[in-house]
Amino acid sequence: MPDTPDIADRHDAVCVIGAGGSGLTAIKNLREHGFAVDCYERETSVGGAWNWRHDRSPVYASTHLISSRPLTEFPDFPMPDDWPDYPHHSRLLGYLERYAEHFGLGDSIWFGTEVVAVTPVGDGRWDVTTRSTGGGVERVQRYAAVIVANGHNWSPKPLPVDASAYRGELIHASAYKDPAQLRGRKVLVVGGGNTGCDIAVEAAQQASAVWHSTRRGYWYAPKYLFGRPADQVDNRMLQLRLPLWLRQWIYHRTLRLTVGDVTRYGLPVPDHRPYESHPVVNSQLVYYLGHGRITPVPDVKGLQGPAVELADGSRIEPDLVITATGYLPRFEFLAPELVDMDDDGKPDLHLHAFARKHPTLAVIGLVQPDAGLFPLAHWQSVAVARWLRLRVSDPDRAAAVQQKESARPLRSWTRLRVVPSSRHWFEVSHTSYLRTLEDLLRQMEPA
Amino acid sequence: MSSQLLRFADWTSPVPPVEREVLSALPEGPEDNPPVLFVPGLGHGAWAFAEHWLGHAASRGFPAYSVSPRAEGSLRAYVHDVVQVAAGLPRQAVLVGHGAGALVVSHALARYPARAAVLVSPVPEGWSALGAALRANPIGTLPALVGAAPRLSRRQLFGADLPQADAYHARLRAVPARIYRQVLFATSPTSPVGDPPTLVVGSPDDRVVPRAALDRTAARRGGAPLLFPGMAHDLMLDTNWREPIDAVLDWLTKELAV
Repeated sequence: MPDTPDIADRHDAVCVIGAGGSGLTAIKNLREHGFAVDCYERETSVGGAWNWRHDRSPVYASTHLISSRPLTEFPDFPMPDDWPDYPHHSRLLGYLERYAEHFGLGDSIWFGTEVVAVTPVGDGRWDVTTRSTGGGVERVQRYAAVIVANGHNWSPKPLPVDASAYRGELIHASAYKDPAQLRGRKVLVVGGGNTGCDIAVEAAQQASAVWHSTRRGYWYAPKYLFGRPADQVDNRMLQLRLPLWLRQWIYHRTLRLTVGDVTRYGLPVPDHRPYESHPVVNSQLVYYLGHGRITPVPDVKGLQGPAVELADGSRIEPDLVITATGYLPRFEFLAPELVDMDDDGKPDLHLHAFARKHPTLAVIGLVQPDAGLFPLAHWQSVAVARWLRLRVSDPDRAAAVQQKESARPLRSWTRLRVVPSSRHWFEVSHTSYLRTLEDLLRQMEPA
Repeated sequence: MSSQLLRFADWTSPVPPVEREVLSALPEGPEDNPPVLFVPGLGHGAWAFAEHWLGHAASRGFPAYSVSPRAEGSLRAYVHDVVQVAAGLPRQAVLVGHGAGALVVSHALARYPARAAVLVSPVPEGWSALGAALRANPIGTLPALVGAAPRLSRRQLFGADLPQADAYHARLRAVPARIYRQVLFATSPTSPVGDPPTLVVGSPDDRVVPRAALDRTAARRGGAPLLFPGMAHDLMLDTNWREPIDAVLDWLTKELAV
């Protein structure tokens, strides 16, 4: 196939899409393994979701970490040890900016540039079409590999009911930024995830009335247990390698003894066992339920005129509905079959990272761990960098690794026993996942 | 086998934060060189580098820092402190460890991708450290054999011609035997992350670290030690302190250009 003259060949360079936490660690680790890297970032600064200035950032004024600092930091660039257990989102942005500065990653990033298309050219290489964010002349460059790190918390999942006839104000949680939006109003918050609970708690402090609608009962874990961040306590059990049933029993007992029986406040009984849904960590929700500031209500069935109809047939009339329905992954620059996407839009990737039919295409950060994402994204990108290196330096060994990986059972690295929902498409236990990655890294250890 | 990925110790009981003593000397103008972080050995503090090396490195355009080991420490806490200070510097840092500080640096290199690493008079791990110390200073080292803390003599650390030797020796802190055991008999550090270029510097006349140990340490990192005959263990406090630091900075300049 003759090269078209307007394609700039970047030879062995790797293209990284996105300069958020996952993209930054991909750049750093690829460069550490000797690759030239071009990273394209649609915004004009690093930080991705953690940068509140970005259009696609989901953070609101009060966003704090859900997992504690030691379980969230990059393994080779710790956060300052005098920071609080659960730092504010502005510190996270500062941390990512310092990471980029420390490792001089800015040299590899093209800001204000969005990726329009990524197409395979047949020999494992890729044509990447870019342009200035929002328009402008398109440019095509050819790369040896493409690493997608475009995040998965920016494309809101729509409310599964028709809201066209609703006359009240309806916003997605991504548009919620400041408690001033809630002050003195009657607010309905839809969704029992971490964001939904955070906003319900803020509404309890600001709004005149608050309803919190959840589809099912959840296990609301407190942020602290026995004076320690709860995830650090939980990891003690993981360290001892207690079996799941025992951890479930201890979790249940501990929650019973500390938080108590939440059905007393009108919350539904969880329809699943602990550890079968993404952890919801919120100490204040139950507190405000107990003060009557939040009224739990069932699922939303319809929105009509000024009213919201609920699953139990009752009707409420809020001024503002905030849907914390979560987000769906989106790769508008990739043909769906490249990442084996099903009809629901769920990609099928080995270890949630490696494209199954394209050895030079990988996605970093598309996991939902029961801990911080950065450590997983770091080790994912180390694995991808080693893999790309091995493919070139020792194709025979690379083929053997690929052969072995294709036989790796799904249950060894992903959570299968979870509530079926798009919320849990990428749910992993960070310990099982990291064990699997470590095994893969050992197979690819440089000789 | 300890895992590099599953860090339960850090996840379940993080090292408590302390106020760390960090001394520094910075170049006059804006420089393109990476910062250099000096890590002293047991008994020494950040002051040992502030005497000559920090200022000299700064005068040659390298932002230079040194960190004191925390009081009531442990090997884990020392390594933690080095990584904390390194990650807090504006750019990817070069780690320079002296004596037992070189062992601390070796562990830190598995936790932080240093720009480069220099091991100065690196104390070898385990029994060979004790053997060498026994030959050079039998009376000071004998207590170590029965589990007490060894004492480093003035003669072991400093050259006979060093006028400030007594003053320096008086500044050394006693270190509990527990710390010596931890640092010398820890599981060998895993390989450095990011594959930094590494240099070993020492003296064949060092009375703490024998020549053979220098060769072994350097060979493990694929090189030969850079030797400065006639100098004592504390190269940075020796009358000839300028020679080794100049050689280190020359090497660094060459490595950074690659």
